[in-house]
Amino acid sequence: MQQVKRLEPKADPAPSRWSYRYQRLMLTPLFRKLLRVGVPFCLAFGLGTAYFSDPERQEAIALAVADIREQIETRPEFMVNLLAVEGASGTVEEDIREIFPHDLPASSFDIDLDAVRVSITGLPAVANASVRVRQGGVLVAQVEERQPVAIWRSRDGLGVVDVEGVVIGDIAQRADRADLPVIAGTGASEAVPEALEILKAAAPLRSRLRGLVRMGERRWDVVLDRDQRILLPETDPVRALERVIVLAEVQDMLERDVAAVDMRLASRPTIRMNENAVSEWWRVTNMTVGAE
Amino acid sequence: MIELYESQRAMRNMRRAAMQRGVVAVLDVGTSKIACLVLRFDGSDRLRETEGVGALAGQAGFRVIGAATTRSRGVRYGEITTMAETERAIRTALQAAQKMANIRVDHVIACFSGAEPRSYGLAGQVELEASTVSEQDISRVLSSCDVPDFGEGREVLHAQPVNFALDHRSGLNDPRGQLGQDLAVDMHMLTVDGAAVQNLAHCVKRCDLELAGLASSAYVSGISSLVEDEQELGAACIDMGGGSAGVSIFMKKHMIYADTVRIGGEHVTGDISMGLQVPHATAERIKTFYGGVVATGMDDREMIEIGGETGDWEHDRRTVSRAELIGIMRPRVEEILEEVRARLDAAGFQHLQSQQIVLTGGGSQIPGLDGLATRILGQQVRLGRPLRVHGLPQAATGAGFASAVGMCLFAANPQDEWWDFEIPVDRYPARSLKRAVKWFKDNW
Repeated sequence: MQQVKRLEPKADPAPSRWSYRYQRLMLTPLFRKLLRVGVPFCLAFGLGTAYFSDPERQEAIALAVADIREQIETRPEFMVNLLAVEGASGTVEEDIREIFPHDLPASSFDIDLDAVRVSITGLPAVANASVRVRQGGVLVAQVEERQPVAIWRSRDGLGVVDVEGVVIGDIAQRADRADLPVIAGTGASEAVPEALEILKAAAPLRSRLRGLVRMGERRWDVVLDRDQRILLPETDPVRALERVIVLAEVQDMLERDVAAVDMRLASRPTIRMNENAVSEWWRVTNMTVGAE
Repeated sequence: MIELYESQRAMRNMRRAAMQRGVVAVLDVGTSKIACLVLRFDGSDRLRETEGVGALAGQAGFRVIGAATTRSRGVRYGEITTMAETERAIRTALQAAQKMANIRVDHVIACFSGAEPRSYGLAGQVELEASTVSEQDISRVLSSCDVPDFGEGREVLHAQPVNFALDHRSGLNDPRGQLGQDLAVDMHMLTVDGAAVQNLAHCVKRCDLELAGLASSAYVSGISSLVEDEQELGAACIDMGGGSAGVSIFMKKHMIYADTVRIGGEHVTGDISMGLQVPHATAERIKTFYGGVVATGMDDREMIEIGGETGDWEHDRRTVSRAELIGIMRPRVEEILEEVRARLDAAGFQHLQSQQIVLTGGGSQIPGLDGLATRILGQQVRLGRPLRVHGLPQAATGAGFASAVGMCLFAANPQDEWWDFEIPVDRYPARSLKRAVKWFKDNW
């Protein structure tokens, strides 16, 4: 009983030693993790390193990047064509244009707005400034100028100061800014607000007022014409001045031949008379005494 | 017996390492099939050593994540005869199980049924050093057991203390800390042929695996098939495998006897193959589809197509009645059961209070076997299937997987064996640090 059909020998279902080992290796968790993460990482890293290690390629890439950057920066959307200065008078605006560090048109990427703002604020006539790029390629510098409030007479000449005592500019003569009061003396510029207060209080004396003098960097003298002076105390000078004004109005004190009204001691206001007046006063007194 | 301690202790340490890694494979090397289960242990706190079987019958804390079965090759009577073939079969099963588990397994616990197991009952007695029983006393009483001469080339597979007695109180499970004078122990020792163990170890090693434990398949199928009451009250488990039928007797949750009958399902298949003149594979198919042991009138009329591929038309179209098939199978099954009966009688099973017998293993699935077994083995016979464990595939829940499932339970809750206890101090090699410590303790 011979078999007619040739039986195919069945393939051995058992894995070979090596395939068994390979499968076991592939089932090792650490190895699988290494294979899944480590190998792609190493491969990508190695290939990347090899690719970028060529200096020519590095240069080409840097060039391409710079080129693209340039292209983007010089797009018309990002170009600044105009510098507009707002809130500045003519001279200040000229100054600002002069110190503006860039040649227009320039890319807005190149313009350091902060630096521009700092340089504008650095101008003596500028109190505050804000710089921004407006649509349409306009660089707007919003400037807040210092307001001149007084003329400061110093050894170097006449200067216009603002309320903070900052010298905004020089003037040749007093008449150039006749509208501003004059202050003088060492340290006068540091107490401009106080001076303004005093000047406000001294409005009734406006026609006779020549200016204020800072004495010893601590108190003010009001200087009137005919070399009259009102010596104000260190504290509460406005009130002292008001008292003088009241006296002047009631008793015409300042119309008389008085050299100075000393208000430094509030409890004891003192008047210094001129020499003529004193002698005249003595004469009158003696006459009166002699008549008696 | 120091070298035995060494190897078994090494295996036990390896098992502990495997449990810590969380993955261990169990391998049932049978005559007809090799089953491999991959277990994952989650949370070692649930695996603490508890008295008896723990929660959920000891199956909490692990999960079967991979299972594979392959046809066994090169194994006869539960012993490896062709190493290379068996190694390939083990590799096949392991690879499939690993693939299913999707994790690599490094430690394997194996069981086998053959290798002529022999049971010995050992007894030992010592006088306590102190008034209470200490670990050292237990070690001493274990080492005081008079080990019989079990022959050249045999190795101890299991050596389990079954019972402790303190003075006149017997039946102690854990005598530590108890007061008394004389401590006695009963131990059950199972020896197997050393060469078979070596062959299996070699096969496992050739698969790049570490052997983390060995067990007798009769023992582990008893663990899985006997319910707790049966284990406690006493019962015999008969694992009817392909090449051999394992017999194990349990009492008070300890195995007290194990033996193997070297006849199994393969012999039944061989009988059919010879009787019907068909190839072995066809005989196996006919056996599993139409087999039985009790013939009825209906079976005379039920004709079975034998089939075949020989090319001889007449030969390939033969039919046989089921009664004839039963007539071939029954004498062999009877022979197996009678042989089992003889082993049980030799073990003194009839003196046990409980005469419960549980049939399991692939061979127990023959229809009508329970009736036949009742007539040969006694009235209290039932067919046992292994416990359900977590994650076990449906295909691996049959009676044929009793030992594989038992291995899972064995791996999760191993019983204390001789080598799990401390080595008695006087057996330590000289210059041992422990000995010095003991000397200090004794003198100060």
